[in-house]
Amino acid sequence: MSALTREETEALIQEVLEVYPEKAKKDRAKHLAVNDQTVEQSKKCITSNRKSLPGVMTIRGCAYAGSKGVVWGPIKDMIHISHGPVGCGQYSRAGRRNYYVGVTGVNTFGTMNFTSDFQEKDIVFGGDKKLAKLIGEIETLFPLHKGISVQSECPIGLIGDDIEAVSKKAAKEIEKPIVPVRCEGFRGVSQSLGHHIANDAVRDWVLDKRDGANFESTPYDVSIIGDYNIGGDAWASRILLEEMGLRVVAQWSGDGTIAEMELTPKVKLNLLHCYRSMNYISRHMEEKYGIPWLEYNFFGPTKIAESLRAIAAHFDDKIKEGAEKVIAKYQPMMQAVIDKYKPRLQGKTVMLYVGGLRPRHVIGAYEDLGMEVIGTGYEFAHGDDYDRTIKEMGNATLLYDDVTGFELEEFVRRMKPDLVGSGIKEKYVFQKMGIPLRQMHSWDYSGPYHGYDGFAIFARDMDMAISNPCWSKQTPPWQKQPETEELKKAA
Amino acid sequence: MANIMVRKDAAGAYSFYLPKRDLEDAIVKMEFDSAEKWGGEIRLNNGGAYYIEPQAAPARFPISLRAKRLDAAE
Repeated sequence: MSALTREETEALIQEVLEVYPEKAKKDRAKHLAVNDQTVEQSKKCITSNRKSLPGVMTIRGCAYAGSKGVVWGPIKDMIHISHGPVGCGQYSRAGRRNYYVGVTGVNTFGTMNFTSDFQEKDIVFGGDKKLAKLIGEIETLFPLHKGISVQSECPIGLIGDDIEAVSKKAAKEIEKPIVPVRCEGFRGVSQSLGHHIANDAVRDWVLDKRDGANFESTPYDVSIIGDYNIGGDAWASRILLEEMGLRVVAQWSGDGTIAEMELTPKVKLNLLHCYRSMNYISRHMEEKYGIPWLEYNFFGPTKIAESLRAIAAHFDDKIKEGAEKVIAKYQPMMQAVIDKYKPRLQGKTVMLYVGGLRPRHVIGAYEDLGMEVIGTGYEFAHGDDYDRTIKEMGNATLLYDDVTGFELEEFVRRMKPDLVGSGIKEKYVFQKMGIPLRQMHSWDYSGPYHGYDGFAIFARDMDMAISNPCWSKQTPPWQKQPETEELKKAA
Repeated sequence: MANIMVRKDAAGAYSFYLPKRDLEDAIVKMEFDSAEKWGGEIRLNNGGAYYIEPQAAPARFPISLRAKRLDAAE
């Protein structure tokens, strides 16, 4: 239970830090904090977006993961070349379950892996020729693709290939956009810089391509930014927006297309779900095109209702009415879900450790189910994320930034949550400790979790994890204390 | 010199954004804030200070500018 007081939580952090050498201890101490809602600025209590310590186990990814895996990868009608050795592309292929509609290999390419498969001679002599040849092959084999992005892996930056020149030349030949992205894995401290680089590539190579083009707009045009359609999330969000009368012009980037991205500057409002990975492009569009942006949260009925109202406030009465209608329509269904699961989940505690927006966004959904989040942390957040998180979390709860494998295990061992929400790498560690875990990166092969439809699935999944009978079978029968009744019988 | 972005939030107050460091903060004090002269020394909520070359007030926000760092917090 979260009966830990502020002092106890602080003592716990100190105890966990005990094992580190002096220097490491000093560094790690800055990344662990006890939440204090009165703190205005997160950097007074927690440091983030710093290089991970050598020697500890971190769960972070690289800039290539942030660009290819997160931002560019889900754009379905483009081909994303993993330019460099084969492994980066192959091991990150289709793992994130960004769903899309289309025929894979014909007009959509989301789950396929395209790579230039660098060999020793490409490192020595440069890979530009190979890239040009590869683009030609793609054009022959997949003529229906709408564009190509070149996602650099580490060696490209190291050997200094000029992918921009190759891209420009080839783009003229095939008359389709080719976007070179300088997202070499070694850049930055985590995948976060990869998001930024990817956003900048969109800004420089895609966004302004249809400026001035004819587009029949309506006053209700919006775009969904930063929803990667994991398990169908963007679809569950989109129907709500459409139901309240808005027109969704673009989805970035789950189930998105390059045409949608080019048309985004025509919308009236950018709806930003994943702040961390796409705030850059939203800020750019605000400056260049005067499109306001709004962060929203579609996890759990309370937050959805709040968000729908906040979105509607940007439009006229017709949309405001629409929002109320949508909320009223789904409220009974959500009440039924809550009535069913809340009694089973009431008072259970959760610890989260994920990336992006989830460590703060899902808190509301857990609270709707009567559960309590007692610890949360991000893999790669910056100060502005923690600014937002501090307000969402309860007082004296635990915050951990870029937590190491050891720390997370110790925290969980000591705080004994009823559920851990984290990644696949942590899953089996905790399940062997006897604590249920939901993989919250890609919803543990389930989903969607966004929207009203998603909440029903979310509630079911959490119940399934916590109430699974296997957790009561942790002690083998021969180690169980024999019950007194049976003892009597035996006697 | 750093590239910064100044925007006005919903309440009409200035906010400061430094993309390179992902630093988002409120501007608590701006030396000049009138239509013909705008900018000068700005002070952030976190204690940092930057200098924007005084200029005519921008017609619309947000706007990207070059700014000199006088005193960074941290």
